[in-house]
Amino acid sequence: MKLFFFKKALQDILNNRFLNTVTVTTIALSVLIVSSFALFFYNANELLDTWKKGIRALVYLDPAADDANRLDLKYNIQKLAGVSEARFISRKEAMAQMKVQMGRQASLLEGLETNPLPDVFEVRLKPESQTMAEIERLSRAIEALPHIDKVEYGQQWIGKFTSIINVFKFVGYAMGGLFLVATLFIVANTVRLVLYSRQEEIVIMRLVGATDRFIKTPFYIQGMALGGLGGIIGMAGLFIAFHFISEKFHSSLSAELLDMHFLGLEMIAGFIAGSMFIGWVGCYVSLKQFLKA
Amino acid sequence: MKRHEDALIRLFHVYKRYGAYNALFDISLDVFKNEFLFLAGPSGAGKSTLLKLLYLGETLSEGQILIDRMNLARVSPKRAPELRRKLGIIFQDFKLIPTKTVYENIALVLEARGMSRKFIQKKVSSVLRIVGMEDRTRSFPPGLSGGEQQKVAVARAVVGDPKIILADEPTGSLDADSAEAILNLLINIHARGATVLVATHDKELIHSTKGRVIQLKEGRLIA
Repeated sequence: MKLFFFKKALQDILNNRFLNTVTVTTIALSVLIVSSFALFFYNANELLDTWKKGIRALVYLDPAADDANRLDLKYNIQKLAGVSEARFISRKEAMAQMKVQMGRQASLLEGLETNPLPDVFEVRLKPESQTMAEIERLSRAIEALPHIDKVEYGQQWIGKFTSIINVFKFVGYAMGGLFLVATLFIVANTVRLVLYSRQEEIVIMRLVGATDRFIKTPFYIQGMALGGLGGIIGMAGLFIAFHFISEKFHSSLSAELLDMHFLGLEMIAGFIAGSMFIGWVGCYVSLKQFLKA
Repeated sequence: MKRHEDALIRLFHVYKRYGAYNALFDISLDVFKNEFLFLAGPSGAGKSTLLKLLYLGETLSEGQILIDRMNLARVSPKRAPELRRKLGIIFQDFKLIPTKTVYENIALVLEARGMSRKFIQKKVSSVLRIVGMEDRTRSFPPGLSGGEQQKVAVARAVVGDPKIILADEPTGSLDADSAEAILNLLINIHARGATVLVATHDKELIHSTKGRVIQLKEGRLIA
C-alpha cells in the first residue's frame, strides 16, 4: 500500500512537470537565501568565539605601588567573580618581551635612560565570563581597587562587531520568515492547482468509497518530496557558492584571518527537513480547504 | 409478506428542499434484499435526487433513511466511505476518470480498500469478462464508445461486490443496442444476488424487465 502511494505521488509529479519544477526552484532559491544567512552567522559566530577566547584585561599599576601592594592586588583581583588568572608582568619582563618582539629594531630601545613601561597584571577570564558585558563589569571593579593606574581591554571593537552581527541576525530572521511564508504559499498553490485539475477524479474517488486519507496521502508525499528536493538543490547551490568563494579567499592573505567552514551535517539535515516540513504544511493548508466539502 | 424490518433500504417521510422548492416530498419506501426496482418518472420528478440522498451526494432536509441498518442522518463525513462501499453507483455520464485506463478505473475501487495487487488483478479481470470488455483493459475512456464506457462503469460498480447497485439513467445516453446490453448486465448482476435500483424515464426499459416500479412526479411518490 505504501508503495502504491509513492507511485501515485511520483505519477502526479511527472504529470505536472512544469508546475512542480517552478515549485522546486522557488523552494531551492528560498533555502539558498536563508541558508546563506545561516552560513554567514555560523562563520561570524565562530570568528567571534575565537576572538572572545583571547579576551583579557591589562591592569596598569601605579608606579608608586610596592611589592606588598602588588600581592594585595593580585589577591583582590583573583577574588573577583569571573577571573580565572591574574598574572603579574613586571616592567623589566615587559621590556624584555618587547625587545624580543621588536627583533633587530630592539637597538632603538637601548637609548632609553629609564624603563617607561609600567608593571602590569594580565587578567584572563573564565570561559563563562568571556562576554563584553562581563569584561566591562570586571574592569570597573578592578579600577576601583587602590594603586591602579588604568585598565585596558583592547578588544572593545569586538562589542561593536557583535552589535553589527546582531543587526544582521535580525535581518536574517526577518528574511527567513518572509521566505518561509512565500514558500508555503507557493507549495499550497501548487497543490491547489493540482487538486483543481483533479477535482473530478477526487469526486469519483469519493463516490467509489475512497477515504480522505487515501486521497490525501499521495499529496502529502508529493509536497514533502518537492520540499525535500528543493532543500537538497538549495543546499547543493550553497555548497557550490561556498566552495567558489572560499577558493578565492584561500588565494588571498585574508585566509588566515577568516578560516571559513561550511554548515555542519546537522544544520544541512535541518534545512532539508525544514523544507520538507514546509511542503507538508503547504499540502495540509490546501487539502484542508479543498476537501472540506 | 415482507416485513419493514427486513428492508435493505428504508425511507421514512423523506423531504429534500432547495430553498422554497421541494425536490422530494414525504417519501416513504422500503426496498428489500435482491429486489429489482425502477424509480420511474419524467425529468425533474426527483429520481436522481433520491439516488443522491442514498449515496450521500446530498443531505436530507427531513426524515430518515436506513441503508443496511446504517442511519444516513447519523453518518459523519468520515464514515461516508463505509456506506459507499456497500453501494455500486452507475451514472448517465459514466463518471470515468479520463486519464486512467479501463483497468485503472475499475481497480481504483479495490485500491481504495487496500486490497492486494494480486487480488485486484484477478477481480478486475473477472468483472471485465462479465461485461465483455476484457480486450480493452489498456484503453482510455475517451477512446471508447458510450456503450463501452457504460460497461466499464458497470464493471466498476460491481467489482467491490456491493449489496446495492444504484443506476441513475444508465441507458440515457446510449443507443438501443447498447442500452439493451447494459440492461442485460444489470439483470445478470441482480441474478447474482444484488439489490438493483434503476432511476429512468425510459418506459420501454421498464416494460422489458420484470421488477417493481415506483412512480415519482414532482417530488411525490404516486405509485
